Amino acid sequence: MLNILLSLYWSFLKVGLFTIGGGYAMIPLMEAEVIRVHSWLSASEFLDIIAVAEMTPGPVSINAATFIGYRLAGVTGSLVASLGVITPSLVLLLLLARILFKLIQNPGAKTFLSGLRSALVALILLASYTLGQSAVIDLSTAFIFGLILIASLLRPVSPLYYIGLGALLGLILFPY
Amino acid sequence: MPSPLSSTEKRESLLTIMLTFFKVGAFTFGGGYAILPVIQQEIVYKRKWVNQSVFSDILIITQGMPGQLALNSAIQIGVRLRGTAGGLVAALGVTAPSVIILLIIAAWLYPMVHDNIYVQAAFYGLRPAVVALIAYAAIKMGRDILHGWKGIILSAVLLVIAIISQIHPILVLVAGGLAGLVFFRGSQTDA
Repeated sequence: MLNILLSLYWSFLKVGLFTIGGGYAMIPLMEAEVIRVHSWLSASEFLDIIAVAEMTPGPVSINAATFIGYRLAGVTGSLVASLGVITPSLVLLLLLARILFKLIQNPGAKTFLSGLRSALVALILLASYTLGQSAVIDLSTAFIFGLILIASLLRPVSPLYYIGLGALLGLILFPY
Repeated sequence: MPSPLSSTEKRESLLTIMLTFFKVGAFTFGGGYAILPVIQQEIVYKRKWVNQSVFSDILIITQGMPGQLALNSAIQIGVRLRGTAGGLVAALGVTAPSVIILLIIAAWLYPMVHDNIYVQAAFYGLRPAVVALIAYAAIKMGRDILHGWKGIILSAVLLVIAIISQIHPILVLVAGGLAGLVFFRGSQTDA
């Protein structure tokens, strides 16, 4: 039990530490830790949790950490995982804020961040392909994927609407 | 940067700080950039805890450093109001709703409805929807930040490396950052 709590904390600390720019930046890291490194969840279980995390209020990665932590080690697991994901922010902003503010305005830091963001684009794209293999499994799901991708490119409204649309189309098109 | 009371005369109570961020955490959906306008509305316009230019500085740090956007901004605002204790209660406030709501769902609601056929049907549609939103996030981010050919080439090379080698994303990110130091040196835009 202690072992799983420690791995949960360490995994989610890494997710928090390398999520730069928020939002879906955490998806590739969480996917790697939760599915590939530890085999804690299958890809479709992971997607279910991201969907729930997206539908509920608050930061998506803290929501997902709480849910995944609970699945693996109950209430303690959920607290440990969410503490892990917020630890880097707490440490960096409470203890190192002054240094960080100087560092961030350094031209070297800016070029490092630009390179890191280029990597992030590649990683998020790859994660969507990897996760897509367990989500886009037939014509109906391919249709839902295509429709929502095109719709969000044309009309970038809150993702919540597209999540709702996905659930609705699922109810209609599911092969009962 | 974290000089308490630099932009406000009145000492806010730790409880007020915590409750304000609890509200932000409890009523913002969609995460990330959806939360920032809500924080701005609450902190800059309504409570006037920091002014717009301080808020802009906060956003620069928020976006340039690791962590969740809402959490990073909350901690910085808390620190400005009441030092380290303020930062801690702001973090607690913005995180608590997520933990409480998701615990209720994970422990009780999800196991109860999971085997229901209509819930299964909804998730059958939710999964490709989430994948589409992730793909959209990659495309949007690419459009926003990969201005010149340098960024596009770097991104493409890293994509190929990530596919072939299956190395951990952290290594790909660090490789990207290091390549950026060499590749983007002297470029004006933050491409």
